[in-house]
Amino acid sequence: MTATAPLPAHGAAPSDEIARALDLARAKRWLVAAVVTILCLWVLVPIYLVLVNALSTPSEVSGWPKSFVPSFAMESLAFFAGYRGVAEALLNSVMVAAITMVLSIVIGAPAGYALARFDFAGKNAFRILVLMTRAFPLPLLALPLAVAYIQIGLDDTILGLAFVHTMLAMPFAVLITASLFMGVPFELEEAAWTLGCTRLQAFVKVVLPLVSPGIAASAVFAFVVSWNEVFAAAVLTIENRTLTAFLLQSLNVSPLHLKFAGAAVLVLPALLFLFAVRKYLFAMWGIANR
Amino acid sequence: MAEITVAGLEKSYGSFTALHGIDLHVEDREFLVLLGASGCGKTTLLRCIAGLETASRGEIAIGGRRVDPLPPRARKIAMVFQNYAVFPHLTVFENIAFGLRMKKMPNAEVDEKVRRAATMMHIEQLLARYSGQLSGGQRQRVAVARALAMEPEVLLMDEPLSNLDALLRLEMRAELKGVLQESRTTTIYVTHDQVEAMSLADRIAVMHGGHIVQHASPLDVYRDPATRFVGSFIGNPPMNFLPATRTTAGWEVAGLTMPGPAIDAHTIEFAVRPEDLTPAETGLTGRVKVVEPLGAHQLVTMDVAGHHFRVVLESDLVVRPGETLRLAPRPERVRWFDPTSQTAIDRSLVPS
Repeated sequence: MTATAPLPAHGAAPSDEIARALDLARAKRWLVAAVVTILCLWVLVPIYLVLVNALSTPSEVSGWPKSFVPSFAMESLAFFAGYRGVAEALLNSVMVAAITMVLSIVIGAPAGYALARFDFAGKNAFRILVLMTRAFPLPLLALPLAVAYIQIGLDDTILGLAFVHTMLAMPFAVLITASLFMGVPFELEEAAWTLGCTRLQAFVKVVLPLVSPGIAASAVFAFVVSWNEVFAAAVLTIENRTLTAFLLQSLNVSPLHLKFAGAAVLVLPALLFLFAVRKYLFAMWGIANR
Repeated sequence: MAEITVAGLEKSYGSFTALHGIDLHVEDREFLVLLGASGCGKTTLLRCIAGLETASRGEIAIGGRRVDPLPPRARKIAMVFQNYAVFPHLTVFENIAFGLRMKKMPNAEVDEKVRRAATMMHIEQLLARYSGQLSGGQRQRVAVARALAMEPEVLLMDEPLSNLDALLRLEMRAELKGVLQESRTTTIYVTHDQVEAMSLADRIAVMHGGHIVQHASPLDVYRDPATRFVGSFIGNPPMNFLPATRTTAGWEVAGLTMPGPAIDAHTIEFAVRPEDLTPAETGLTGRVKVVEPLGAHQLVTMDVAGHHFRVVLESDLVVRPGETLRLAPRPERVRWFDPTSQTAIDRSLVPS
């Protein structure tokens, strides 16, 4: 048998079936592109509007028609920066976020290590429980928490607020660090043991250097969680307000352009931080892109 | 002196028993290969000796010193892992120096020992690199150099060549043998590759189902398999087995009567290696099914009395599928097995 069935002539019209398959593939591509575009706009447009208005003069902000190009007028931001209480609130925010960051790593990373390395009874239940803390509505907790804080004298303190924020950031810290530790082959630790290390030495000399960029990223994420949090901050502090709580309180009655300036000051650091650590946040959900 | 003694070692995981009372003695400077199919317990045994697994029962001694209650770092062992376990955040130099630095050795001495180990494994030019910049074979060399630099009493290797491609594996095998002969360190080497085991070992311990079924020199394991499993696991193609029935004149195997062991049984098993048969006037008769030329030899698969039977013959003999062949087994290479216990029948019972 040397003869083969003739192929359809080049350029011949494809059958209906092929045409339909091609149409379907094209439609799918369009659908994906449309959804991606809508999601991007949904996030980017408000941020863009905040930035444009923060960088415009007060008259431009309240005037009509709107310009979509900022005039880079710094007076709103300058006024906002000089406003009484802003500097203190900013400092409080940084301090609460810093304490949250340290606490959630110090407590969360060992939990993550345990999840990654050990098999123990109730491991999956623990994993879900960690996430469930996020499902518990904070407003429900706020009143008893405030009462308890007043009783033990933690009310209106930076430390007290940091505790609450640590609880909010913990699930992420645990899950991100667990996936980091899972990424370090156990064989490396075992090799270190055979080379003269104790369990702790092997962790410090081998595991820690390998996960430290990821640990830093999850620390930054905890920082952002605290930085963005407004409800607990508003309920639990009066004098020592964080920037979010302060803005909620003061800007309610401020002119529009100051609201935009405040929003920009809040949004920008969080955005920059998250952008810097984005690849580790993917790792949290098990998408390996490293 | 660093001989290894394992006595009554048991390991179970819940209801699953991985090791059933292992007794093993490895001489000082001996190269022992633990050979077995996957899941036979060979890696578990190695990890127990390394201290990475805790045995459920039994004792392990290295150089006369009981080590089983000690952590890995106190056992004076070094281990080469299947996936090399080269630390990715350290250079090759620091990888090899890792264990020496843990011993708080002065820098000059560390430097000297690292260089000596690196020279032995031919990686002197790679010392400044990171493992991400190395090929699989190079990582393997680093792992071996790191273990050798420790100057351990015992070197443990867990399938160190199984992740290399075939050609590299052959090259590394020969090189490893040379290096280890020179270092004269007591070595336990785990593999599932019987060719690797034959070519490297002073002695082989064959494991099956959590037991050591035979512990002998490579040639003894090959020539005199202690169990049917060893005979069929070692050797490629494996040993041939045929049922044998008692007759007044001896044992009848596929129509051929031959002398056999003087034991009181009705049926036993006849076994012979594929290369231990020669074409003859009288012998086992079978129909040729497949002929595979292998260059120097040809592998002929036959049907002998309804059983699969393989022979390795000289390649100048013309054999065609469908033909009938008569093959005489070399009498001194014939082995007999007890089909109930699956073990070899004592050769002193066989008249020579």
